[in-house]
Amino acid sequence: MKPVAAIVFKDIAIEYKNKEAFSSMLLFGLLVVVVFSFAFEGGDRRALAPGMLWVAYSFAGILGLNRSLSVEIDNDCLQGLLLAPLSRGDLYLGKVIGNLAFAVIAELVILPIFVILNNLAFDVTLLWIAGITLLGTLGFVAVGTTLSLISAQTRMKEVLLPVLQIPMTFPVILSAVQATSLVMSDDSRGISFPLSLLGIFSTVYLTASYFVFEYIVEE
Amino acid sequence: MTTRTLGLASLVGLAAALYFALWYAPTEQTMGNLQRVFYFHLPQAILSYLAAFLVGLGSVMYLATRNLKWDRFAYCNAELGVLFTATTLLTGMVWGRLAWNVWWAGDARLNLELILGLLYVGYLMLRSYLPEREKRARLSTVFGFLAVLDVPINYGAIYWWNTQHPKPVLGPSGGGADPQMKVAVYVSLIAFGLIYAWLYRKRSLVARLEDEVGELEAAMETA
Repeated sequence: MKPVAAIVFKDIAIEYKNKEAFSSMLLFGLLVVVVFSFAFEGGDRRALAPGMLWVAYSFAGILGLNRSLSVEIDNDCLQGLLLAPLSRGDLYLGKVIGNLAFAVIAELVILPIFVILNNLAFDVTLLWIAGITLLGTLGFVAVGTTLSLISAQTRMKEVLLPVLQIPMTFPVILSAVQATSLVMSDDSRGISFPLSLLGIFSTVYLTASYFVFEYIVEE
Repeated sequence: MTTRTLGLASLVGLAAALYFALWYAPTEQTMGNLQRVFYFHLPQAILSYLAAFLVGLGSVMYLATRNLKWDRFAYCNAELGVLFTATTLLTGMVWGRLAWNVWWAGDARLNLELILGLLYVGYLMLRSYLPEREKRARLSTVFGFLAVLDVPINYGAIYWWNTQHPKPVLGPSGGGADPQMKVAVYVSLIAFGLIYAWLYRKRSLVARLEDEVGELEAAMETA
């Protein structure tokens, strides 16, 4: 567990200094929310809101993922990490935890602003939405950490990530939207399906990526 | 079986499938002749999922053996996957326009087939931006493997989300179809399976030649 903690600590230290990933995710996510709330002026907010929220989250998340890996590649830091005495799987887990932390913090700042802009209520459903955010983002970064390192090694660099990431995380986005709209409509009876799907997705991809990560970073 | 006989067999199979679907099978009670699209739609949908399975197989085998043969295997099947998801969606849309009066219903199973197609396209795009042969094989293989894990999650979604897509009529949970209809489905399945195999043979030959050309070019550069 120690090497994982070291990776996480390193990422937090870098992020604390330059705040690049966090600020770009936060600003971009807010912009998406603002644009949507203008674009859908007068529409049925309750019906549209979950979709808006998760589009904002996933676009912002892609931005953060690109940043987190390009930092390693630009300065050849990845070489150093690969030489360090830790398994490739631990490197992956460390990056996932870091990415998850920054994404969730940015999302939890976006959430109240989203509530204000859409005239929704501040009540206990927000806690539910925060929980779904955490679970959905876990699935999102579990895949995204691997895919961002794949796309960073291509000629297209960052541009390719959304093309790979969005179809792969489609079940995550769909179930998160589903769960969010169930919570918002005060009818959480069917919620165990989307939530368990999110759980299954995260488990499958965390496990698979843990084992295949070594093939991506191989020199 | 040579590629040519496989081609001839698939031609014969296709003719037989047309006969069985258009003449042999009885007209369906509620949908009428429109239902005959199903005899082409279902085999293509099955093959589009088979392609995903074969991409996964090729990917796992490449990671285990590091033999480029398996990478080509995954690559050619991904291309066929694009073809068969496209034809599945097209036949489905023609049917949906007439049966549901919409080209595209926001239905789980339709979206999932589309997403499967987009995953194949993503895989092919990824390959085209990796000029180095070994790296292309290694990275696209990892992507292929992860993408295939998505398929069962996607497939399961039909049971988790409401869908207006017709429920499976064949298999253990099926409602039981007319025996003549079943025959037509199986004939069509065999015919499209043969077409798939034939296209695969053709494509993998070309892929092998592409790799040989690449190797020769690399050898020329170093010489």
